[in-house]
Amino acid sequence: MLEQPILTEAGGMAHFAGRFFREGFRPRYEVGEWLYQCYVIGYQSLPLVGVTGFIMGMVLTLQSRPTMAQFGAESWIPAMVGLTIIREMGPIITALIFAGKIGSSIGAELGSMRVTEQIDAMEVSGTNPFKYLVVTRVLATTLMLPVLTLLADAIALFASFVGLNMRGVTTLALYTNNVLSRLAFGDVLPAFIKTFFFGFAVGLIGCYKGYYSDKGTEGVGQAANSAVVVSSLVIFVLDLLAVQITGLLGLN
Amino acid sequence: MLPEPETLAAAPPAPAEMATPETVLAVEHVVKSFGDNHVLQDFSLALHRGENVVVLGKSGSGKSVLIKCVIGLLVPDAGSITVLGQDVTQLDHAAMDQLRARVGFLFQSNALYDSMTVRDNLLFPLRRHWLAHRRAEEDTLVQQALEDVGLGHTADMMPAELSGGMRKRVALARTLILRPDILLYDEPTTGLDPVTSREISHLIREVQQKYGTAALIISHDMSCVRLTADRVALLVDGRCYAEGTYAQLQALPDPRIHEFFA
Repeated sequence: MLEQPILTEAGGMAHFAGRFFREGFRPRYEVGEWLYQCYVIGYQSLPLVGVTGFIMGMVLTLQSRPTMAQFGAESWIPAMVGLTIIREMGPIITALIFAGKIGSSIGAELGSMRVTEQIDAMEVSGTNPFKYLVVTRVLATTLMLPVLTLLADAIALFASFVGLNMRGVTTLALYTNNVLSRLAFGDVLPAFIKTFFFGFAVGLIGCYKGYYSDKGTEGVGQAANSAVVVSSLVIFVLDLLAVQITGLLGLN
Repeated sequence: MLPEPETLAAAPPAPAEMATPETVLAVEHVVKSFGDNHVLQDFSLALHRGENVVVLGKSGSGKSVLIKCVIGLLVPDAGSITVLGQDVTQLDHAAMDQLRARVGFLFQSNALYDSMTVRDNLLFPLRRHWLAHRRAEEDTLVQQALEDVGLGHTADMMPAELSGGMRKRVALARTLILRPDILLYDEPTTGLDPVTSREISHLIREVQQKYGTAALIISHDMSCVRLTADRVALLVDGRCYAEGTYAQLQALPDPRIHEFFA
């Protein structure tokens, strides 16, 4: 009984993703709307992602310091925090925050447009609503999340530097050197690549939930809620897959 | 057994200035079901140029389904719908978009884009069809469309700032801006007070007279039907049960027709 709705939902999303690839790359291109969505989804998420990144970097540093100090390994803090943030914490925390902010907003916006017939109005105006609403948003989330993750990583590393200087003295040059000397392309690249998939999942699930929303205002709430829940879950599943793949490639 | 529509009413009156009116919309033997719910069963209707036809029926009788089949939002299970000489059931997406530029649709809920100003709502269809090439041209068309519905001062307002009647007028302006040949109205007066409802009905008439557009109006508001209809088609049990002018149908003794006019 439980499997069938989940499989139906998964099938629906797969079909929706197929439609995205079929329609997304054929003209007419909605460049103006896509740029606007990049602004809304990327630029307007920056304060939240920045604050989260800053807190993440500082907390990680402050909490690990006493333990590292017990072993006389304080000099390893920049490398440890750097690896943790770049490889895992930066992408996953940013993606979850992004899912909470953008996934719910897309789900609610499209859901509301569906129940108030705005999507139908778009269609009768001679506009393909899938291209105008879905393709632009999914492309924007896919491209903006990696950018936001890079910024969050940078802010978190700076916060870690600030955290270290709260209890001791480290120069920025030494700190940067310590972080970079322990980072390899095998750490940075897979972590960066997986954020494209996280962004795609958040956009696609948010749009799917909103686009097929029904049951009036209750349906809009459900669309926003389930967009966040499902995309957060999918982010963890994708992360697990990414770890397995990088393991197979010998990058872990 | 349902009587044939022709037996109930005399031939529909042609618009005064046209001897042989051109049929701009022909619905022929359309069938549409949702599971076991057979909404339309062999429904047929013709709309001539410059004419207002009201499809009258009870709530849930399939009026909105009919109008959504006409505009291509729903696909009929059987039958054909010919709009301006093209069978909408056979058109691909691009051809349908071209056709939709010539057919305006006024939604029951108005369906204004609530994140856009009134001006942007009107510009949206205009820009999709590349009908204005300069900013000044766009401004003129927007202003003209808003003045046609008596709301010249609302261009920079948001839909949420407007009353129900004003929203209906803006929605009408948005359909008018493309100068369509056919207008489809889905319950244009539902949810409005009697005074505003009458104003909207008069506006529908004014649009018909000013632009000579044909209109298919879905309604169960008898005041709107009386004020707007050149011809009325009664939708009962998924079929066109009776057809004629308002006065002709009102005079018929059939109880299933009479209950609408009582």
